[in-house]
Amino acid sequence: MNQQAHRSNWVIVMSFVIALMLMALPMPDWAGIWRPAWVALVLIYWCMALPARVGIMVAFTLGIFLDVLSGTLLGQNALALSVVAFITLQFYQRVRVLPLWQQGITVFGLAFIHQVLLLWINGIQGMPVSFSDYWASPLISMVLWPWIFVVLRDMRRKYQVA
Amino acid sequence: MAINPIKPLYFRRPSALVRLVVVGIVSIALMTADHKGRHLEFLRGVLATIVYPLQYAVDLPIQVGTWMAETVTSRSELMQQNYRLRRENLRIHSRLEKFAELEAENRRLRSLLDSSIKVGDKVLIAELLSVDMDPFARRIVLNKGTRDGVFSGQSLIDSNGVMGQVVQAGPFSSNALLITDPSHALPVQVHRSGYRAVAVGVGPQNLLELLHIPNNADLRVGDLLVTSGLGGRFPSGYPVGHIISVERDRGRPFASVKVEPTARLERNREVLLVWPAQGGETLEGMNPGTIIK
Repeated sequence: MNQQAHRSNWVIVMSFVIALMLMALPMPDWAGIWRPAWVALVLIYWCMALPARVGIMVAFTLGIFLDVLSGTLLGQNALALSVVAFITLQFYQRVRVLPLWQQGITVFGLAFIHQVLLLWINGIQGMPVSFSDYWASPLISMVLWPWIFVVLRDMRRKYQVA
Repeated sequence: MAINPIKPLYFRRPSALVRLVVVGIVSIALMTADHKGRHLEFLRGVLATIVYPLQYAVDLPIQVGTWMAETVTSRSELMQQNYRLRRENLRIHSRLEKFAELEAENRRLRSLLDSSIKVGDKVLIAELLSVDMDPFARRIVLNKGTRDGVFSGQSLIDSNGVMGQVVQAGPFSSNALLITDPSHALPVQVHRSGYRAVAVGVGPQNLLELLHIPNNADLRVGDLLVTSGLGGRFPSGYPVGHIISVERDRGRPFASVKVEPTARLERNREVLLVWPAQGGETLEGMNPGTIIK
């Protein structure tokens, strides 16, 4: 039992590490704002699948690492991801039984809140924000959600993470 | 009181809210501390060391690609390159000899005028890690850190001009802010007329803008801007950019001046970190061979 719990922790950590690496993967300049919020997506999945194990504290820790990785203010991504985790925990029971495309719409809402928080904090620091910055990343996140969901679900089943 | 198995379900919500509030307060406190000053240097350094393997792993395929490309280049290509580099080296060397002479003359004249001069900056070649950061800021990651003597506030140049400055130095890597970031301002001077100004980044475009330039200022399209060294951060005399447009509108108090950076901000992989010279007495800097560490 203990060993299994240990192994399943490892699966969760690896999925987050891969998400962090995808956030840092070099992309051409124009594609920068179209990068899906990988870490937020993986976090939403685990919050829905294992709400007792992955929650606000995990989101906060993850956010701090993402802040260091992407050079934003320390706490910026931590706050945005904690809010995303909190909202997901409020209605995970209703969302996880929905068909994938409807889940995608929910994920769009969550990713949009995440993006708005990040851009507000940028705005407070005096960085210019344009209209497409708000929509680009949540839209791509919504489109990618079904695939991410299926991949992570299969991984969860294969390694019996519960 | 009987134990109700449903009870924990009702307990989760308030505790999640409490946790969110605590986490929110902690993040806002962290952001404020990070924004207001350099209170979190140490924490950042520790965390940067933890994420460095990740950045390294992301960068690795590109490094391998470059290495492969280098390995499979043909002999004739290499010979051609070698020939070209030799000629370039010769040309640069001859120019450098002239510069050394001019520098000595400059020093002599300055000593006659009793003013000090700073020459012979020490430089170190660093490589960019190919990792993307916040898409809304202009930042880069270097593969040199405090272990190599990099410090926060150090200026960063390439062979064509000023690129930016280091803002966070970790043990193995450091983050630098490019001069085109909207939060970056750089004291500059027009090379032709000596007119001083402040160049700030515009952000998404690869451009700088000069702030608070009166409409009658002596600026022309094509003028070269160099660092004035006034802020104390950047050594003076390094090229920054060329003026590409000057718009004078009588209805506005200031002219709008756009500057294109000379440094190849988006394309370079190798960059130079500069240590400012200690003072006028560092004569070792005279010998071109010792400039590059």
